[in-house]
Amino acid sequence: MVPFGGWDMPVEYSGIVAEHMAVRERAGLFDVSHMGEIEIAGKDALAAVQRIASNDAAKLQVGQAQYSGLMTPAGTFVDDLLVYRLAPAHFLLVVNASNIQKDYGWIAEQIEPAGDAVAVDASSRYALLAIQGPAALEVLQPLTGVDLSSIKYYWFAHGEVASIRATISRTGYTGEDGFEIFVPPQSADRVWLALLESGRAAGAIPCGLGARDTLRLEAAMRLYGNDIDGTTTALEADLGWIVGWNKTDFLGADVLRAQKANGVARKLVGFEMIDRGIARQGYDVYTTASTSAPAGKVTSGTQTPYLKKSIGMAYVPADQAAPGTELDVDIRGRRTRARVVPMPFYKRPRPPPAAGG
Amino acid sequence: MSAYPAGFKYTKDHEWIELAGDRGKVGITDYAQQQLGDVVYVELPEVGAKVKQGQSFGTIESVKAVSELYSPVSGEVVDVNTALKDKPETVNKDPHGSWMVVLKLSNAGEAGGLLDAAQYQDLIK
Repeated sequence: MVPFGGWDMPVEYSGIVAEHMAVRERAGLFDVSHMGEIEIAGKDALAAVQRIASNDAAKLQVGQAQYSGLMTPAGTFVDDLLVYRLAPAHFLLVVNASNIQKDYGWIAEQIEPAGDAVAVDASSRYALLAIQGPAALEVLQPLTGVDLSSIKYYWFAHGEVASIRATISRTGYTGEDGFEIFVPPQSADRVWLALLESGRAAGAIPCGLGARDTLRLEAAMRLYGNDIDGTTTALEADLGWIVGWNKTDFLGADVLRAQKANGVARKLVGFEMIDRGIARQGYDVYTTASTSAPAGKVTSGTQTPYLKKSIGMAYVPADQAAPGTELDVDIRGRRTRARVVPMPFYKRPRPPPAAGG
Repeated sequence: MSAYPAGFKYTKDHEWIELAGDRGKVGITDYAQQQLGDVVYVELPEVGAKVKQGQSFGTIESVKAVSELYSPVSGEVVDVNTALKDKPETVNKDPHGSWMVVLKLSNAGEAGGLLDAAQYQDLIK
């Protein structure tokens, strides 16, 4: 067990590789109750969300979710998050565990000019379980009356799971099809055990933080604190698609629009190692042109269990960001060759029914 | 869990050495592989490299961490288990069978200071 955002969490149950492979090939069960939940409600709730979050929440129908960024006026990340539209004027924001206090303070302050809206830190009212993998639907379906096949990707529905009141969302942080299930904390153990039991025949196993990290990295999903933070903008992180360019105004809009017009000096890229070696977070990255000073740093890196490749992400000068460009990673004093590759590194073979959000 | 062979000597850094005359096969212990988790990468020296007791002769990486491999004794590398390059997971499955290098000892006296199996098992209790 390791301390993580104020929680004691398992890095692994049966082993990172076994857990990772279970999610890619069958199903894995995660307890991600550490994630924070902040609700925004009131007549002007939409205006409040539109101001603080980068993506265009007006596009969300009730029952739909989207990935978004909580931005500073400089276009950098306070956090990244999922925005759920629970009702026309009621939103649920799912944020990173380590940022809950910071996010809540920021949101409460920044939504004031938007009018009649209040933010509530509802984190203690939610436990969150995730069943992820190609068999996720068949594992969860026997436990609920909700027709899971009718929930599209990045949509959610209310119902019961194992006779417990739940919100079921077709989302995840693994690059696989799957569901995230919000339940009252006092009933989380019951739902967890029911999912394990239901998943036994399909080979579903419990998964820890270690597999969560390798899975999200294969899928090139950014991790706050590694790949994005208060010093990196949405465009530098290659997340222009989570910016609602048609919105009139939002925090960070000026900087992001200028970067969109003029380009960015550096960009987050995916790379895979050409030479043997594993690039880890914090290792220096050199371009073939930079002989002395490093051009950037590895933000995430690992040997991936499914692809069986040594991959990572790093910020590099924008003119060195094209796929195929060669880079050097300093692996404990040794210049080791890598190549920029398109992200995501892994894409699931069969997408779920219909994409939304 | 693998038993700790009585014929091996052990270090506080969780390596083992199986001595035969002036030579010894070196690997990491079952305890070490459990702590590391899934091993995905092993970096070993070339034949002919000189190593000193307590100094790094290579690295081993699991999905989650990098660790140095510390030499139990001083000597010269006379053989390297290159099979581990392509099958590093062998270290998890059979830690006490997965030798990494064979050393020709330059100072046989050093081995006397190593732990025996009972002492090592006390250490990791």
